[in-house]
Amino acid sequence: MKLHELTIHEAHELLKQKKISSSELTKAVLDQIEAVDEKVGAYISIFEENAMKQAGEADKAISRGEIQPLTGIPMAIKDLICTKGLRTTCASKILENFIPPYDATVMKKLNKAGAVTVGKVNMDEFAMGSSTENSGLKLTCNPWDLARIPGGSSGGSAASVAADMCIGSLGSDTGGSIRQPASHCGVVGMKPTYGRVSRYGLVAFASSLDQIGPLAKDVTDGALILNTISGYDPSDSTSVPEDVPDFTAFLKKDLKGITVGLPKEYHSSEGLHPDVAASIKNAVNTIQSLGAELVEISLPHTRYAVAAYYVIAPCEASSNLARYDGVRYGFRDKDSNDLIQMYRNAKSKGFGTEVQRRIILGTYALSAGYYDAYYGKASQVRTLIMEDFKNAFQTCDVLLSPVTPSPAFKIGENADDPLTMYLSDIFTLSANLAGIPGISVPCGFSENGLPIGLQLMGRHFNEEMLIKVAYNFEQATDFHKKKPNL
Amino acid sequence: MYSVMLLRKQDSFLLPTYPVWEFFMTITKDEIIHVANLARLEINEASLDKFADQIDEILEYINTLNQVDTSKVQGTSHAIALTNSFREDRVKEHLENSQALSNAPEKEDGAFVVPKIVGR
Repeated sequence: MKLHELTIHEAHELLKQKKISSSELTKAVLDQIEAVDEKVGAYISIFEENAMKQAGEADKAISRGEIQPLTGIPMAIKDLICTKGLRTTCASKILENFIPPYDATVMKKLNKAGAVTVGKVNMDEFAMGSSTENSGLKLTCNPWDLARIPGGSSGGSAASVAADMCIGSLGSDTGGSIRQPASHCGVVGMKPTYGRVSRYGLVAFASSLDQIGPLAKDVTDGALILNTISGYDPSDSTSVPEDVPDFTAFLKKDLKGITVGLPKEYHSSEGLHPDVAASIKNAVNTIQSLGAELVEISLPHTRYAVAAYYVIAPCEASSNLARYDGVRYGFRDKDSNDLIQMYRNAKSKGFGTEVQRRIILGTYALSAGYYDAYYGKASQVRTLIMEDFKNAFQTCDVLLSPVTPSPAFKIGENADDPLTMYLSDIFTLSANLAGIPGISVPCGFSENGLPIGLQLMGRHFNEEMLIKVAYNFEQATDFHKKKPNL
Repeated sequence: MYSVMLLRKQDSFLLPTYPVWEFFMTITKDEIIHVANLARLEINEASLDKFADQIDEILEYINTLNQVDTSKVQGTSHAIALTNSFREDRVKEHLENSQALSNAPEKEDGAFVVPKIVGR
């Protein structure tokens, strides 16, 4: 038995029965990182000593009979979630040496649950990107084909889960940044409803869109992580005081009485890769054969989602990233002899190209004379996109679609063409604009062996419906059991 | 692949080449420099052309929003609208001075140090 290949629920059973220890499990994960991360490049920081210490504490807790579902489970954390005393870079030169003096709320919850933080994983700088190529620190490759991107921005999270360099991971999703890399790496990724999980201690990109969520080896693990990190937090004024159900209660085989909507704008999209179209078609048949009813629905404003998103997200980013001024934390150029030059040097030398591009785009769209034409207009279109979903959910319980138009592209293929890169987010970013939950589950492979994901989206605070449908699909297929050859 | 939906200058041999094209641009190089200055960014001369082209192309695409009639639509700034998210005003766990300063590039006597801004 290879310990690093275990899922959370499998490892939990063995830990509970004391057949393995968290120290053994954590060591196995660290050995796997040692063996394959030179090729994959998922980790920015590995906290070996700290991880083994946490594992030892978990083992002590287990021996006292204190075990929760994540106790002793080695986790990889996207490097924009603050970890007290442990470097958090946001994959940016501007935060390269930042050591948070506090834990994000999700880290407090993971620590309280006894989880082990193995290290911090790569991402597009400040989560801006769809390929992890915008990392200011390193390159991450897709474990299924090292010449290809792992997706992004949570590319390190998805790659580390796919390559068994952790048992589970936390990522963040602003326009598809959990679901898209999960799809490209053949793992499960879930963006919860906006406000379900506290953003306190998550480095802000676009505050009205950002949400932390799990990347995992199967749907059950996703539900277990979500159980641990969800809930209202007074430290995040946008977290919502909604009751959190036990998501594992919805891991039941039955799709009778559930109506699955197929948004025609997503399924008939011209740019859909034939292998993706074929996998999705098979998935629809599987879901139907499991007893769900299918209904075609329309989301008429889908074609404007990319444009609205690429106004709103850069506007919020330009405001959020103003804080990196080289005064309280972050990079400061020593050759700055006046204050304005100090700001200029910190930002120009600290931020990468894509981050600078989005700051300029956002600053322009918010500047005097342009606010109504850009931000105002985009926020109105956002309302229409939300209404599309509201109408759709009157006739169905869950929406089924592709996650991305094509499987993972080659490293460098779109690097100099930001607009084409933005357009690849077409199927995922509407969920962020509307604040609804979405999940990506493995649903097939392309002809050349690249994973393809299936997206399900649901009503606000109805993650349980996504978990139920995704679990039923997963149990009827074996795509999630395949592993890359490394 | 979605670029088929767009009119992109590199795709179209019918359109006049630069610099005539700039007449049709949504944003000019001077505007980019101005906006960069507002955001305290310095764009170096070498990358300015490419940057301006890319941002212009993005803005052109964004202008498709004008096809949507939004005259009777309220804007949305947050998908889950919460009003008055108050909490009790109580002293709770907080950072000590030394912790707050722990990442400061330069500090002295419990304060952040910046270049001199007065008396020059």
